[in-house]
Amino acid sequence: MTGRIVVVGASMGGLRAAEQLRAAGWTGAITVVGDEPHMPYNRPPLSKEVLAGKVPFESLAFTPKASTADVEWLLGTKVVAARLAERTVELDTGSALSYDGLVVATGMRPRRLRCPGLLGGRHTVRTLADAQGLRAELTRPGARVVVVGAGFIGCEVAATAVGLGVREVTVVDPLPLPMVGPLGELLARVLLKRHEERGVRFALGTGVAGFEGDDRVTGVVLDDGSVLPADVVVESVGSVANTDWLQGNGLDLSDGVLTDEHLRAGGHPEVVAVGDVARFPNARYDGVPRRVEHWSIPTDTAKHAAKTLAAHLAGADVELAPFAPLPTFWSDQHDFRLQSFGAPGLGLDDVRVLDGEPDGDVLVGYHVDGRLVGVVALGGQAAAMGAAKYRAHLLKQPALTA
Amino acid sequence: MKVVVDMNKCQDHGQCVFAAPDVFSMDDSGHLAYVSDPDDALRDEVEEAADVCPLQAIRIED
Repeated sequence: MTGRIVVVGASMGGLRAAEQLRAAGWTGAITVVGDEPHMPYNRPPLSKEVLAGKVPFESLAFTPKASTADVEWLLGTKVVAARLAERTVELDTGSALSYDGLVVATGMRPRRLRCPGLLGGRHTVRTLADAQGLRAELTRPGARVVVVGAGFIGCEVAATAVGLGVREVTVVDPLPLPMVGPLGELLARVLLKRHEERGVRFALGTGVAGFEGDDRVTGVVLDDGSVLPADVVVESVGSVANTDWLQGNGLDLSDGVLTDEHLRAGGHPEVVAVGDVARFPNARYDGVPRRVEHWSIPTDTAKHAAKTLAAHLAGADVELAPFAPLPTFWSDQHDFRLQSFGAPGLGLDDVRVLDGEPDGDVLVGYHVDGRLVGVVALGGQAAAMGAAKYRAHLLKQPALTA
Repeated sequence: MKVVVDMNKCQDHGQCVFAAPDVFSMDDSGHLAYVSDPDDALRDEVEEAADVCPLQAIRIED
């Protein structure tokens, strides 16, 4: 095979795409372009071990596979535009790259709060540089920390900060419970209690109206006008897909890159999307295209998308079953772990304790029309093993649309 | 093929057990056990296990 595949994005999704293209038989050139200066690295430790200062950066880097030895890496380089009709992407260096196949792997960036106040002392956690900058501030003696957003990242950061001995850690969220969106009320109540018992404070049911401080933040103003004193603020209020560079090509970019069941971007069989920037239908569930921000998704999508693209470029039909991954995620907070299989978010209206009890290790099931669609374990290793027992069951379930 | 797991990194997630059940397993207390010199026919499985390890603790040496 001759020609070139350009992979835009050099984090886990870009790396897995390059590896899987080789595994799928693509022997032509591969160029991976990424705007961070680093080779691909593992992000989950950023809000935990890296923030706690427990691991050096070197231990985060993925080990390169021999099959990707001849992949060209353009790091510290940003793709600023794409002309899909001409099969060309433009770089911030002013030059352009032409391609036969294109992999979109540009991922997400943190959403920022849009309210009055300077940026000094306000942080997000997405990149290594973010985590290093935040760590330097958390370890200042007597720092008071306000985390805005009680989702997974916010709760992990709060737990890590408490573990570091930070004097005051407060999590703010407009919703009444932490992580209630993806996990539902039952587990969210349990998690709130466990965080509070370990020293995290919460200001729930309130948004942030603004920030106080001159050169850097000194306080967070809540909706009712009250002020939480703060030396450090962490904004963990969701993320935005990095698709600006794809605009003007007729793609549906309303939330990531909309793809078909083989991860092809609309109308362009030579363009596939991988990782959390891809909004794909999952044949396992209801066929509604969604982005999935789980760690397992770059690997799952890369495997399927690489086969799709390699077949197309070889002039062959795509003979794959529609993409149907079993989502899985975990979250380590304080001394407990959440472990999930399936799609609990689809079954929030019918949540049942399957095993254990909320005060100890507990295994929770999520159902649609009485059918199990996801399980989440909270606790120690026994709970995680309990969840794993349901994995095979979830894999065997017929599609929700069946 | 030689399989090496960095047990300082391993946090017993068990994803490798799903990917390569002939090579990786969990003992009764939930800790990882593995075969360090599996048959070469299992290479694809082991590579998959290395890919899906959240801690990237699995290394394959030839």
